[in-house]
Amino acid sequence: MSNTHAAILIAVMALVTMILRFLPFMIFRDRETPEYINFLGKYLPYSIMGMLVVYCLKDVSITSSPFGIPELISVVLVAVLHFWKRNTLVSIVSGTVCYMLLIQVF
Amino acid sequence: MNLKLLKAAIIKTLPIMAGYMVLGMGFGILLKINGYGVLWVLAMSIFVYAGSMQYVGISLITGGASIISTALTTLMVNARHLFYGISMIQRYRGAGLKKLYLMFALTDETYSLVCNGDYPEGAIPHEYYFLVSLCDQIYWVIGSVMGSLIGSVITFNTEGIDFAMTALFVTVFVEQWVDTKEHRPSLIGVGASVLCLLLFGRENFLIPTMISIIILLTVCRGALERGGVASE
Repeated sequence: MSNTHAAILIAVMALVTMILRFLPFMIFRDRETPEYINFLGKYLPYSIMGMLVVYCLKDVSITSSPFGIPELISVVLVAVLHFWKRNTLVSIVSGTVCYMLLIQVF
Repeated sequence: MNLKLLKAAIIKTLPIMAGYMVLGMGFGILLKINGYGVLWVLAMSIFVYAGSMQYVGISLITGGASIISTALTTLMVNARHLFYGISMIQRYRGAGLKKLYLMFALTDETYSLVCNGDYPEGAIPHEYYFLVSLCDQIYWVIGSVMGSLIGSVITFNTEGIDFAMTALFVTVFVEQWVDTKEHRPSLIGVGASVLCLLLFGRENFLIPTMISIIILLTVCRGALERGGVASE
């Protein structure tokens, strides 16, 4: 593939991503945001974070070894630690080290 | 720009630093292996600045994809960013010139830090959000450049270190859960995603998920607003 074409593809990716990120702000730039959009803005963050967790785990296979067990253990560890201590760094580091040990050692 | 605020932003973004450095390095290494050096890495990490899309982008570039299919793929992979925008409209209102960058730099990870609307006492929120966004992108750029330059000499086994991102989202999810008695939006998010993942498969489930989340929230709107216990 030519470098020019590669550069064009990168520009396309950048442009489409920017449009997606700018669009909601552009639409409601000069007028009051409608009640309905405010409602969505208030409750969407909760739903989106649930979606992002599932999105991160989408490639886990529960039908073939190791059946998603390392992911399950590590996610539960992070959640429990975070409920208990509420320290983001501790929760993330512990969960990640746990996960790396599980998939590298076993 | 005051140093105290910068310090607060750096502390807040430490978890992202770990994750972005590693994921960024992974990206830099992969792109380098495929024959595209540090300038290409810089171009993508500065202008595209979307983690999963950049990984997908490697295969588009090396596979010689067409412009149309590149545009459509980007649309599918990044459509979730529309959501982030919708929930940040009020918060980013009136940020002036900084708003341009705030909108541009709203990645998954940055969104997870700013969506709750917390900021240090006495700070101007927009300045704080700006620094958080900027720190995150700097980590991402440094990580990916490092990957491109020194990637091949890394000796320890980093397999699984990308779990840091999953862990980050789990902690934000837990924060949100503890902060409110209204758990339906969180449950809708998880439930709709799992259901759509099973129905549509891992490649295509994001867009149906987003549509079902909007529908379910809209259906519950009356009940949610009567409850009105969700914290800002």
